[in-house]
Amino acid sequence: MENVFDLTIIWAGIIGFGLMMYVLMDGFDLGQGILFPFAPNEQARDTMMNSVAPIWDGNETWLVLGGAGLLAAFPLVYAVFLPALYIGVFLLLAGLIFRGIAFEFRFKAKTSKYLWSWSFSVGSIVASFAQGAVVGAYIQGFETEGFAYSGGALDWLTPFTVLTGFGLVIGYALLGSTWLILKTEGEVQDFAYKITPKLLFGLIGVFTVVCIYTPFIDEYVFSRWFNDISFIWALPVLVLYCAYLVYRHVKKRNEGLPFVASMGIFLFSYLGLLASKWPYIVPPKFTIYDAASAYNSQLFLLLGFLFVIPIVLTYTSWTYWVFRGKVKEGGYH
Amino acid sequence: MELDPLILSRIQFAFVVCFHAIFPVFTIGLASTIAGFETLAYKTGNPIWHKLSKFWIQVFAVVFGIGVVSGIVMSFQFGTNWSNFSYATANFLGPVLSYEVVTAFFLEAGFLGVLLFGRDKVPQGVHLFAALMVATGTFISSFWILAANSLMQTPDGLINIDGIYHVVSWTDSLITPSFGYRFVHMALASFLTASLVVAGVSAWFLIQKREVEANKKALSIALWFLLVLAPLQAVIGDFHGLNTLKYQPMKVAAMEGNWETQPGVPLLLFAIPDESAEKNHFEIKIPKLASYILTHDPDGVVPGLKDVPVAERPPVFIVFWSFRVMVGLGLLMILFALWGLVLRRNGKIYTSTTFLNGLRLMSISPFLAVLAGWVVTESGRAPWLIYGQMTHAEGLTPSLTGGMALFSLIGYVLVYAMVFSAGIYYLLQVFKGGIEHTDIPHELTTVERPSRPLSAAHIGIDEDL
Repeated sequence: MENVFDLTIIWAGIIGFGLMMYVLMDGFDLGQGILFPFAPNEQARDTMMNSVAPIWDGNETWLVLGGAGLLAAFPLVYAVFLPALYIGVFLLLAGLIFRGIAFEFRFKAKTSKYLWSWSFSVGSIVASFAQGAVVGAYIQGFETEGFAYSGGALDWLTPFTVLTGFGLVIGYALLGSTWLILKTEGEVQDFAYKITPKLLFGLIGVFTVVCIYTPFIDEYVFSRWFNDISFIWALPVLVLYCAYLVYRHVKKRNEGLPFVASMGIFLFSYLGLLASKWPYIVPPKFTIYDAASAYNSQLFLLLGFLFVIPIVLTYTSWTYWVFRGKVKEGGYH
Repeated sequence: MELDPLILSRIQFAFVVCFHAIFPVFTIGLASTIAGFETLAYKTGNPIWHKLSKFWIQVFAVVFGIGVVSGIVMSFQFGTNWSNFSYATANFLGPVLSYEVVTAFFLEAGFLGVLLFGRDKVPQGVHLFAALMVATGTFISSFWILAANSLMQTPDGLINIDGIYHVVSWTDSLITPSFGYRFVHMALASFLTASLVVAGVSAWFLIQKREVEANKKALSIALWFLLVLAPLQAVIGDFHGLNTLKYQPMKVAAMEGNWETQPGVPLLLFAIPDESAEKNHFEIKIPKLASYILTHDPDGVVPGLKDVPVAERPPVFIVFWSFRVMVGLGLLMILFALWGLVLRRNGKIYTSTTFLNGLRLMSISPFLAVLAGWVVTESGRAPWLIYGQMTHAEGLTPSLTGGMALFSLIGYVLVYAMVFSAGIYYLLQVFKGGIEHTDIPHELTTVERPSRPLSAAHIGIDEDL
């Protein structure tokens, strides 16, 4: 069978896009849990939780799709990352479960409410940290034998991945606080305005260390940045420009731009990361072509997606339309 | 003692999947029940159907919520503990699981919001449509996941090239020889589960004389369903068994506790299978009945476990007894269905406390039967992960150590224990609130929570603390 289209590239695009969407969408709602302990009072916590309550679980369906999609398009990623990050994946899932059920039980509870606040907060922080550590582990690369992971249980846990873990916790908190600037008013918004610059400095600090450190542990990345192509230097410059925008518009108390610019920081960092490693998807050995599934399977799923996804988007937008309306402090409707 | 990652992974998978399975098996049947109530409300305009629908939607919301949360774990389990299996079967399994997400999960999630919170926002016909879409979503989901399971039971339509499976025919691999039986068996199990839970809860309300008129109607319908479904399930189960005999003879041998391939095999009512001695102790049997059931001939030949080496035999004791638990509960369901029919003729169906209390207890029977059934089919496949082709040991993640597996096993047990107790506690509060509770004015509900599954129940979890 002659393969007319390079489906692997198409799938890399789909999965890459999906991951970015997941990070941006679940990022700001995980951020609420990270900010929880710093919130001025209980009422503010209610508002923060309410601001993401109707959307967070839709976002997590994308995570399930991401898992299944990786298995379908790049099974090697699925079969190496998950065993290598075994403990981290457990922490990620446990964190997501605890924060997920806290959405429900915290609002129903009276005497046990504080327990569910903790459940929400710790769950969000653990899940975010685990995701950040995955990014760090991807940069570090994986020890493999044949097509299977051959390293130890805690190989992924290094000072570097701890740093990227905390980096993502801070980053999600930044998305969360700028989201609050956009979606709330009064006390909660003031709190968000105040904490955003601190988060921003923290994040840029981690970003700088990661950027300097990575080329020195990884020759491939070094040559990509210093020998190959120069226009990718625009990406870190854009990250810093977005950070500047966040800072300036928080000072000017603009409501929308800080959130958009925060997403910009994530987007350009993500592209920078991909540019560093491309086309390696399971570093240091395997490229997207090594990791890809059979052409026939990629095609079977792609044809279905082309048909089903428009339908999904149609009824999803219809349900959003049914529940259109403004978010108010203390509840919905 | 050396920790064995294989055994621990199998225990973990069994635990996680059993915990998860009881929720969808209930929601599949309940979604259709709700769609049925909504249809009746739409056609007759009788407010009783509305009341019933509103109450059961609250129950649905809680159960569905826990099902979703525990389902996320499932989609990562394949990779963390069974990476060799995942990698080898990804060309089939990946698209199948992805299709399940895009054709079922999004459909359920999207229309569930409208079903739970849209009653006042959309016309009644549209609300009914949402109920039907949620019910459809649950069936689409079971199609994909049972197709994946059936492939592991009776593989077809794939070829193995250098350890990696490639799909030769999508139709054959999705609709393998056991798929049809498994799907119908499971669909009936879901309807039976919903019927028995609705019957049990209505019976409990009737004993307390709460909302008598509505609960009478619910009980009556549930019992009619039980009367049709329970015997039908026995027939389908028999067909499924014959299919298993053809494709997975060792599973049937373990179910029957039959060691020697021989004619005129008896049906064992009781026995203690002994794997090391390769025989049974304390047999109580009906002569030739197993042969008759399996081959429709009292002297028909039934395969025995000794046909294959010890290493290729399933765990006989577990399969043998799980099968008896499943069949025993099934027969009990038929008995209750007939008892209901007799009482109905005497007009005592809503008043006999013995019967109603019995139904209350029976509401847990379908869950036990479903779990027992899955244990039969999954343990009965052992040592094969893909029947006759890949063993559990071959499918395991090579880098997994006993310590890692133990860590995650204990972790999941703790996490699920907390989720489960919170969920059950919450569900009991919904039951306590009862059907009356659904009549609270809309203003009260709006200060509660936005469009989230569990929020459809307007009940505090520690109200009585």
